Amino acid sequence: MALMAAILRRKLHGGLFLNSSRLFSTESSSHSDKRTLQPIEKILIANRGEIACRIMRTAKRLGIRTVAVYSDADKDSLHVKSADEAILIGPPPARLSYLNASSIVEAAIRTGAQAIHPGYGFLSESAAFAELCEDKGLTFVGPPSSAIRDMGDKSASKRIMGAAGVPLVPGYHGTEQDIEVMKAEAEKIGYPILIKPTHGGGGKGMRIVKSPDEFVDSFLGAQREAAASFGINTILLEKYITQPRHIEVQIFGDKYGNVLHLYERDCSVQRRHQKIIEEAPAPNVTNDFRSHVGQAAVSAAKAVRYHNAGTVEFIVDTVSGQFYFMEMNTRLQVEHPVTEMIVSQDLVEWQIRVANGEPLPITQAQVPLSGHAFEARIYAENVPRGFLPATGVLHHYHPVTVSSKAVRVETGVEEGDTVSMHYDPMIAKLVVWGENRAAALIKLKDCLSKFQVAGVPTNINFLQKLANHGAFQDGNVETHFIDHYKDDLFGNPNNLELEKEAFDNVKFSATLAAACLCKKEESILKENSCGSNSSLSIWYARPPFRVHHHARRNMVLEWENEDNSSSSKLLPISVIYQHDGNYLIEMEDISSRGLNVNASHLHNHYFTVEANGVRMTVTLATYVKDGTEHIHVWRGSHHHHFRQKLGLELTDDDETCHNTTSESASQSPDSVVAPMAGLVVKVLVKDGGNVVEGQPILVLEAMKMEHVVKAPLSGFVRGLQVKVGEQVSDHSLLFSVKGE
Amino acid sequence: MLRVVARRAVSSCSELCSKSGIPSPIDQVFHRRHLCLGVLPDGLDRSSEFFSGNSKAMECLLSELQTHVEKVLAGGGEEVVKRNRSRNKLLPRERIDRLLDPGSSFLELSQLAGHNLYEYSLPSAGIITGIGAVHGRLCMFVANDPTVKGGTYYPITVKKHLRAQEIAAQCKLPCIYLVDSGGAFLPKQAEVFPDKDNFGRIFYNQAIMSAEGIPQIALVLGSCTAGGAYIPAMADESVMVKGNGTIFLAGPPLVKAATGEEISAEDLGGASVHCKTSGVSDYFAQDELHGLALGRNIVKNLHMAGKTENINTFQNVNSTYKEPLYDVKELRSIAPVDLKQAFDIRSIIARIVDGSEFDEFKKLYGTTLVTGFARILGQPVGIIGNNGILFNESALKGAHFIELCTQRNIPLVFLQNITGFMVGSRSEANGIAKSGAKMVMAVSCAKVPKITIIVGGSFGAGNYAMCGRAYSPNFMFLWPNARISVMGGAQAAGVLSQIEKANKKKQGIQWTKEEEERFKEKVVEAYEREGSSYYSTARLWDDGIIDPADTRKIVGLCISASFNRPVEDTKYGVFRM
Repeated sequence: MALMAAILRRKLHGGLFLNSSRLFSTESSSHSDKRTLQPIEKILIANRGEIACRIMRTAKRLGIRTVAVYSDADKDSLHVKSADEAILIGPPPARLSYLNASSIVEAAIRTGAQAIHPGYGFLSESAAFAELCEDKGLTFVGPPSSAIRDMGDKSASKRIMGAAGVPLVPGYHGTEQDIEVMKAEAEKIGYPILIKPTHGGGGKGMRIVKSPDEFVDSFLGAQREAAASFGINTILLEKYITQPRHIEVQIFGDKYGNVLHLYERDCSVQRRHQKIIEEAPAPNVTNDFRSHVGQAAVSAAKAVRYHNAGTVEFIVDTVSGQFYFMEMNTRLQVEHPVTEMIVSQDLVEWQIRVANGEPLPITQAQVPLSGHAFEARIYAENVPRGFLPATGVLHHYHPVTVSSKAVRVETGVEEGDTVSMHYDPMIAKLVVWGENRAAALIKLKDCLSKFQVAGVPTNINFLQKLANHGAFQDGNVETHFIDHYKDDLFGNPNNLELEKEAFDNVKFSATLAAACLCKKEESILKENSCGSNSSLSIWYARPPFRVHHHARRNMVLEWENEDNSSSSKLLPISVIYQHDGNYLIEMEDISSRGLNVNASHLHNHYFTVEANGVRMTVTLATYVKDGTEHIHVWRGSHHHHFRQKLGLELTDDDETCHNTTSESASQSPDSVVAPMAGLVVKVLVKDGGNVVEGQPILVLEAMKMEHVVKAPLSGFVRGLQVKVGEQVSDHSLLFSVKGE
Repeated sequence: MLRVVARRAVSSCSELCSKSGIPSPIDQVFHRRHLCLGVLPDGLDRSSEFFSGNSKAMECLLSELQTHVEKVLAGGGEEVVKRNRSRNKLLPRERIDRLLDPGSSFLELSQLAGHNLYEYSLPSAGIITGIGAVHGRLCMFVANDPTVKGGTYYPITVKKHLRAQEIAAQCKLPCIYLVDSGGAFLPKQAEVFPDKDNFGRIFYNQAIMSAEGIPQIALVLGSCTAGGAYIPAMADESVMVKGNGTIFLAGPPLVKAATGEEISAEDLGGASVHCKTSGVSDYFAQDELHGLALGRNIVKNLHMAGKTENINTFQNVNSTYKEPLYDVKELRSIAPVDLKQAFDIRSIIARIVDGSEFDEFKKLYGTTLVTGFARILGQPVGIIGNNGILFNESALKGAHFIELCTQRNIPLVFLQNITGFMVGSRSEANGIAKSGAKMVMAVSCAKVPKITIIVGGSFGAGNYAMCGRAYSPNFMFLWPNARISVMGGAQAAGVLSQIEKANKKKQGIQWTKEEEERFKEKVVEAYEREGSSYYSTARLWDDGIIDPADTRKIVGLCISASFNRPVEDTKYGVFRM
């Protein structure tokens, strides 16, 4: 079986795209007389980041010229550089740029593009935008606007699906939005229930309500978030399934009523209701289930006369094995590459061909299924702070080297780019394929360990822990996976043995980091001494000369514990230069004899280090931020982050200005700092007001996620200066609470 | 381009071949031409008793040296060092390491100054001095060690400080003072305060160097009391560290006694006071690391200050150079512990100079003095080494060679192993005093950098002619086996006992043989003690005792440091002809 799959795969990889284009061209010629649609020769991508780059790649392969649109924040970004032409459409906030339908359409007309690909997010599921495109004579690469509208309204979509015989979760999908009526409906369905905006997706505005007394708060919050994100604040209620799996089916339709499915994806592993690891096909399901769920998805699509790419999401009750229709996403999904990997098709190519009026290239029976694929989403986020989005500069960005077709890195950023607070903090998608699930998982783990990002905190370590978790390896996934195994995934401070092992690893990495830092310095000196002032070069001999003792380099590295930022440790290290060019590295409480390390600098960030008789490759990335040197070390599957004080404070001697820095502010238990950079959307208390511990004080929004800032203790609010609409930076002091 | 040059070289070579009529292939000619004529032979018999005896003896000397050095590197003792650290202060050598460019060497001077000088130990005389690079510029560091008697100035501390300033002035090196000192050591004020080369000279030197455009930078990392307060005050620029750095003419106890005013050290003379109010200091540092970083910044911003003329007049430096053909570690086996034992100085030269290449000048004349040209770490040098007693011819040859080097601006390296000038009637009649005077005149007046290494004995007028301390060599180092005295102990005992015997005879006292022997023994013993390298280095008669194996490196660094200044023309006095 595996052999057959391999043969099939090789065949597909070798010639499928050529084949399919031939298929398309012959087919399309036979249909061209039916419709007088001008084929797409130039396409505008109404999106940014990795998806814009990914769409351009296919377009270029097809010989279609590309137009990018961008906001002021993105003028130097990769998607702009990758396009043949690029048009500035507005300032950084999305609603003024990437959500500005008229500027985008105008840009398409100005550049002579015949089509607009909306990507995902932004305007991809706006029926109005799709209509606007058609009105202006532009091809909208996506489904008909009617289908977007039908499916975009979750209540309406469920009515339609119910009528078409697709199984539904019990719930309330009515238009009556009165809070009391809703509450009564909730009682009928029975708690726990789920509150969701009828429009939008991506988990934004969703709330789980476990008991009636939480209902009102959650309901209002969901409304507000829905309004902010989608402009429509209608809400629906649903039975909350306690042990669900999230399985979705990729469907594709052409304009002639043909619809097929490209198997399912499992996207159960989620945090903050957003997916982080997806896979295809779903693990631990029977072929019977697969064909049933696929058929249900096809029926759902046919019910709305769907064409182009779409995804039908189902919630699977792991207890009963029953699946229910959740929603249909009328766009190309973020995780579409896992499907592409197992069916060896280019879905963007299909989208363009279908938009051109061509029929589907293959029939359902011809859809191949080979191997297994994973996608891990790499986010700039702060895992221990509840996966809060992070911002910053990608000082070091080396995604895993793509050496075969089995690995794909979809990214829209480059080293030196900034992950800003304006848009989604996703840095990249890592997609891997293997002959089977186990093989793909090995590859995933390997690639994750080689995916190097420094400058912003990421979820890479967390993804590694996920991928290494026994339950994940067994495919026992469900949407509460992370919550369920949080002790394993977030590090349990009570497990002393694991803690010790982890800290030993930290110390060893610190040792290697120290050696590499010294070696790097030597290489820099070597390069510089070839320059002008050669008469002094003898002063920079290696090792540096000392009279009757060895030159010694003392440094104090502070370990930045990704799991628990409060438990960072100071590691004093001495590097003693040996005559043979080796370093003897001493660290308090490491072996008293010190470790003899031989380091050689290969190039850039790469070093070969020999210690304890083991030779290994070490990657070192350093950058300076706020007078502190940040040092990142990668070796094997380990990545550690250290900081070193440089003594470069540029602040003045004014004592008071020192107190406002994040460190001193965060140390004070009664002051509250912004947990992330963001926009103040609500201030719930007046300055000077009396509050109780845990009372919400203000609401911040970043990347469309709301975060409630609460009072750390009871007392009076002091120094609350921020106003609604104000932008606050990460770690800035928001207010303090003083006791009575 | 390269190929053209190569071809031209080849053709000129073949011309040479045809002219000289050597019928050998071109590569062989190349080989011969590049293998410089002056490559010194190995010159060592590793199986000899001398070799193994000297090795063993030197091993003992070096391990003794290492023990002494380790003690001084530890500073003023565990307890004090711990207290120092608890105040967020680094040790002086660590402070210097932080100031230096990463990877820069540091030529520390007189590590063992103050050794066994006082009734208690005074590691490194309580002050660390030396030369290293900051932002690509060589600087002189002078760092008080607060763990040694509170960084107070003993007489030897003052001497070491002044010596560092002397080198800085001579080599035009910017001075960085890392101040952390309680000022003059009051019980010894008579030896510290009043004389010309006492405490006051420190500030005089600061003023004079500043006037010459040699930057004076003070980092106040600890207390800076009384006279010490003038170090930052006299500096061109100064940094003060919050909390630790204080500057005042009188500390809180004295102020209270004098005026009744009760005030903390920080409020009296802390960084805030001096950076904000008094203007005594220029840069405010949050902590010591910040202060040291600010110090580096000051040097970065010096630009060409102090470089009145093109300092790189020493154009003829090779950036690449060959290591000696023979192991430098074997220098440890050449050094004779028994000074009567003769050895060929060339075996030392062969282990110091690039590629062991030494082009000897006047090889066949005055053979007890070896002179010749070589390079050390790419830098051209003229080497003068002793191969026995100085005769008339040797002294004349030395004077001639020094004239050559001064004319060509080639630094001089003296390798001393000298028992003195030849004595006796023939020698005197030949005018040995006149010949010696010529060499002394040449040595005194030579304005090229001079570096003296005593590899064996240094006795009598030989010490003078071979550029002893009195002749202001830019740098002077001893090997651990070195001995310095006006004459050998035995000779001195002989001379002194004869005089004593004559005196006693005048007084009519009979000296027994035993008494005479005891007298001689005492003299020999005193000479033995006072002639040792430790006795010398403790009193700063030199710039340090070095491991013979480090000689090449240290001489190289010294020459490089000495050339941090414009060329000076040499003018000689009247040579007695």
